[in-house]
Amino acid sequence: MDEIEIKNDKANAESPAENSVANTAAQAQADAVVGVGADGAAIADAAVASEGAAQEETYKEMSPLRLVLRRFFRSKLSIIGLVMIIFLFVFSFLGPVIYRQWGEGEVDETPTLTVVTQTFTYRDENGEIVTVYEQLVHESPYNEYASPSKDHLLGTDDKGMDVFVRLMYGGRISLLIGFIVVILETLIGIILGGIAGYFGGWVDQVIMRIVDIFNCIPTLPILLIASAVIDSWQLEADQRIYVLMVIITIFSWSGIARLVRGQILSLREQEYITATEVMGLPTWRKIFKHLIPNVMPQLIVSMTLGLGSVIMYESTLSYLGLGVQFPKAAWGSMISLVNNAGVLEYHPNVWLPAGVMILIAVLGFNFVGDGLRDAMDPKARK
Amino acid sequence: MFKYIVKRILLSVIILLGVSLLVYSLVRLMPMNYVETKYASQIAQGTIKDEDIEHFLGLYGLDGNIFVGYFKWLGNMIKGDFGISFKYEKPVTQVISENMWISFAIAFVATILQFLIAIPLGISSATHQYSARDYTVTVFTMIGLSLPTYFFAAIVIKLFAVDLRWLPVGGIIDTGNSYDASFVGVFSKLGDVLYHMILPISVSVILSLGGLMRYTRTNTLEVLNADYIRTARAKGLSEKTVIYKHAFRNTLIPLATMLAGILPSLFGGMMITEEVFAIDGIGRMAYKALVEGDIPFVMGYNMFLAVLTVIGTLLSDIMYAVVDPRVKLVK
Repeated sequence: MDEIEIKNDKANAESPAENSVANTAAQAQADAVVGVGADGAAIADAAVASEGAAQEETYKEMSPLRLVLRRFFRSKLSIIGLVMIIFLFVFSFLGPVIYRQWGEGEVDETPTLTVVTQTFTYRDENGEIVTVYEQLVHESPYNEYASPSKDHLLGTDDKGMDVFVRLMYGGRISLLIGFIVVILETLIGIILGGIAGYFGGWVDQVIMRIVDIFNCIPTLPILLIASAVIDSWQLEADQRIYVLMVIITIFSWSGIARLVRGQILSLREQEYITATEVMGLPTWRKIFKHLIPNVMPQLIVSMTLGLGSVIMYESTLSYLGLGVQFPKAAWGSMISLVNNAGVLEYHPNVWLPAGVMILIAVLGFNFVGDGLRDAMDPKARK
Repeated sequence: MFKYIVKRILLSVIILLGVSLLVYSLVRLMPMNYVETKYASQIAQGTIKDEDIEHFLGLYGLDGNIFVGYFKWLGNMIKGDFGISFKYEKPVTQVISENMWISFAIAFVATILQFLIAIPLGISSATHQYSARDYTVTVFTMIGLSLPTYFFAAIVIKLFAVDLRWLPVGGIIDTGNSYDASFVGVFSKLGDVLYHMILPISVSVILSLGGLMRYTRTNTLEVLNADYIRTARAKGLSEKTVIYKHAFRNTLIPLATMLAGILPSLFGGMMITEEVFAIDGIGRMAYKALVEGDIPFVMGYNMFLAVLTVIGTLLSDIMYAVVDPRVKLVK
């Protein structure tokens, strides 16, 4: 039903004197859907079905959704992006269920002995070459900085925790934060942008000045300041994640509000909105049934691209120690171990995989977002 | 036009007031209390009494609630006084103007390189749409866009500074070197600085190439579909003339507006890049100040960025009307 509605809106918007064949076809389909719902209308059903069959020979109907999907899957990059995201989801949500050797904050408590041998060669007073072997024995109660092996697929980090398992849990948190923040900011953006664009006047002025204020605040510094403020609340690692979502949302909704307002301003001038006016539809119906669905294509694109940027912000905050807190795993804080020169030089297995995961996530969402934009662009229809 | 600009400037003042109120309230809520951190050892030893701490708080302008503090700050700011940075013990404006230039130099060179590389790449990938070249350029620039700065910087440092030892790990000049003020001294110092800037500049160029390249590509594709390009082709002009004489100029319209919009990134410094490469630019200064709760400097820095953003948006709107005569500024 929804698809048909959108299609009708679109058809109205694009050409007021629309093709009558398309119109009846859409009508027939709408009837058919209603017919299926009402049990006793078998005769009507049959009539509609035969009408539909007659038209199929000359006219292949595709819903807007199918058109978009077809164009989306034609691009190789969008498919690659989709595969990357599916991999991420399987890896982070199913991974810990299947691979249970280690837990998220579980320390490998096998005591380890690390022996570092250094050789010094020098010539003593008698002219003989003396070689001294210096053995530094480092005993540790747990298995830290282990190299990749069968026990630890990607080795262990500075606290003796399994890197591979922490990658999976880090992915859960990043994806969770990404999706919740994007949904929240889109909701705020739709409501505020929609109100500003639809009502105009002083309402628009007030809302847009607030948007301007949030737009002018430098994002990274303000996120750092806000995270520092949360630090003083001394929350549990779990609760902190939710607060983190809220602050990222607060400082990132303004772009979406601006986008929605701009779209609604231009849609408001079109004939089909005048038509809804003439039909005497209530305001909420005009906004939520006729205006918002037409902003959806741009919104979906900006949500997909937004997912990438939210994951980027979250991992930057975690890298600086102000995001997700220990013992929770986060890709950003796993990379922050490079600030230890020894880890940077000798243990790439600790930080490199986390960076690759961020790359896969952000790149995947960027590819899909770009593919969706091309697929939904009405100018590209040829 | 004049009326429009005046109106926009008046609106900007309101926006900046809103920004300052929001940032100030958040900054004051930060847990880092500069006075308590600074005198932590004395407090622990008991050599400083509570009254002294109160006195110091008063001196630093940290007594009273947020609103009192804000209006005090606002009053001083209107007089042009941004206060004295707690950490750097100099007036905020002086710290900003002293450390801004190294950040500006890096951003300036990086931006020029970015334009020189991204625009030709964007045009060539638009003229060869869906070819292997288009895909390669797109994929590589998108990877650049999707890499976190600190991660890419770590890889580059590991490869070129730690493993191969070709380039320095960070800093502006070698710590052991000192240069005299003579002609040779200045030049060898400049060489040393340039040598240290290779990694940070390449990192920031590679990571920011994507946006501009995609932008150029989309614009070029749009222009190439225009009627006058078909006319130019129909006249029998060579492909080179069509693209570089007719299409290229019009792809520059949106780019010109973008040029004005990069103002904040030119002067504002790059927090993460400067921090990773240990460059004492304005971004790193701000990060260190933020971590220690240096309220006047953090406020000054954020307002500096906000003012740059406001000016940048205004300039790019004006530029839009200047380069494209079809656009009229009425609001």
